[in-house]
Amino acid sequence: MDEKNVEQIAHLARLDINKKDIPEYVTNLGNILALVEQMNAVNTDDVAPMAHPTDAVQRLREDVVTAENQREHFQEIAPQVEDGLYLVPQVIE
Amino acid sequence: MHTKTIAQLAAGLKAAEFSSVELTEHYINRIKKFDSSLNSFVTVTADEALAQAKKADQLIAKGEGNILSGIPFAQKDIFCTNGVKTSCGSKMLDNFIAPYNATVIESFNNAGSVMLGKTNMDEFAMGSSNETSFYGAVSNPWDHDYVPGGSSGGSAASVAARLAPASTGTDTGGSIRQPAALCNLTGLKPSYGRVSRYGMIAFASSLDQAGTFTQTAEDAALMLGVMAGLDTKDSTSIDEPVPDYAANLNADMKGLKVGLPKEYFADGLDADVAKRIDDAINEYKKLGAEFVEISLPNTHLSVPAYYIVAPAECSSNLSRFDGVRFGHRCEDPKDLEDLYKRSRGEGFGDEVKRRILVGAYALSSGYYDAYYLKAQKIRRLIANDFTEAFKKVDVIMSPTTPTPAFKIGEKNDDPISMYYSDIYTIAVNLAGLPGMSVPCGFVNNLPVGLQIIAPYFGEAKLLNVAHQYQQVTGWHLEIPEQYK
Repeated sequence: MDEKNVEQIAHLARLDINKKDIPEYVTNLGNILALVEQMNAVNTDDVAPMAHPTDAVQRLREDVVTAENQREHFQEIAPQVEDGLYLVPQVIE
Repeated sequence: MHTKTIAQLAAGLKAAEFSSVELTEHYINRIKKFDSSLNSFVTVTADEALAQAKKADQLIAKGEGNILSGIPFAQKDIFCTNGVKTSCGSKMLDNFIAPYNATVIESFNNAGSVMLGKTNMDEFAMGSSNETSFYGAVSNPWDHDYVPGGSSGGSAASVAARLAPASTGTDTGGSIRQPAALCNLTGLKPSYGRVSRYGMIAFASSLDQAGTFTQTAEDAALMLGVMAGLDTKDSTSIDEPVPDYAANLNADMKGLKVGLPKEYFADGLDADVAKRIDDAINEYKKLGAEFVEISLPNTHLSVPAYYIVAPAECSSNLSRFDGVRFGHRCEDPKDLEDLYKRSRGEGFGDEVKRRILVGAYALSSGYYDAYYLKAQKIRRLIANDFTEAFKKVDVIMSPTTPTPAFKIGEKNDDPISMYYSDIYTIAVNLAGLPGMSVPCGFVNNLPVGLQIIAPYFGEAKLLNVAHQYQQVTGWHLEIPEQYK
């Protein structure tokens, strides 16, 4: 883990981090990765990964309308809306 | 009134010894009097609480409602509450007025319960001390210089100081059981899938589970009965009948087979905490329980596996906070990428950023197999350890935490030492099992908790085992002197 790695991951996560904090992230993330290295001591070639505690499968339901549109209600808490649309900085020139 | 349990308060309401309005006023006055020094609430909903209490009094007068009608609760600020700020302990959601109720909140509302307010917590439930909250640290009512534990620190502190008779919490790696242990409360983390996660702001979706902070196991049984059950709005909620959890509390302990995992009593366990656990074991022996040593051989891998699985799920879940639809938005973004990056950079605190970065790294191309897939395989081994153990024993007991509460600020510079305060609780979440922490004594005037773990959907057994201990011990009734 180095400063370039940290900046690249932060970019992937679309997360602004303070330049002066980068050395600390390098140390902290390095320590966490060193901690998880312990897992490599165990051979897991024949182990099925466990994504979830239950064996349940997705429930199916009738294809009927169950929820009403609440656009205005939900947009009351949006930072910026216009004519029912969320506003963001211009994307297309 | 504030030393009474839910069961006692419900009996008092039914017998008209006091009204829900009187009860609610009493707790609101206690919050006003004490919470400035504890910081256990982010939001107090006094007016709404009194309106709910009035309604509850009418319900009770008509002989309607149920055991939780008119009882005031504190709700962790991770549950969405319609029309009430739901911050999740973060600057990101400091301006977020939830537009709907979590199913857990709906369940309490349908029962005619009263919500006193929303409790402080580690930011997005990421922490073990409540120090990562945007709203500041919470003090442990047993000693204000100490942490109450986390992430549900406000929920624990508020009940420990009797500012509420009980509260809700969530537990992803120990966030109910650890603060319960540190604050002398009965904490219950149900099986994964037992209580709906709908409207509970997600941290790590395959680990998160809602549960309770109460004074007694009996109260936990009463609350769980209202909270548990299938919710079609949560695709991971399990369609399994909800038993009457209070019905089985009095079963005796004769012949109960209890496993003591040797890995949970090894190096790192405080010697005085170990003595309190021994005392509890002796009480259970007197009740007729039988103890055997067991092994959970992959225990040492639970913290490493957790600190890949949880951050990976967190980095994915927290991508929804983008400054577009709700939550914090930065000033004057120059383009869309700047909007995302600065809104998130300003809205999230240090620990949350750290976990997003770890998670994004573990999921990134070229590293997925080495970290995320590997952690999922280790997770399977940890779950298998429990499956094997439960072939031999009915429940497993251990300390909840390796030490009593630590001082505020003590572990701030060392995230990994903080992570290890959850060493005995994390494996339970990875396996999806139900777990409890029960008060079992003190070390230097700081509480110690006994952890009890049951097989999947074994909540009734857990509550029974905890209740029987509370019939012969009085640790759970201890209250800090200044809050009596």
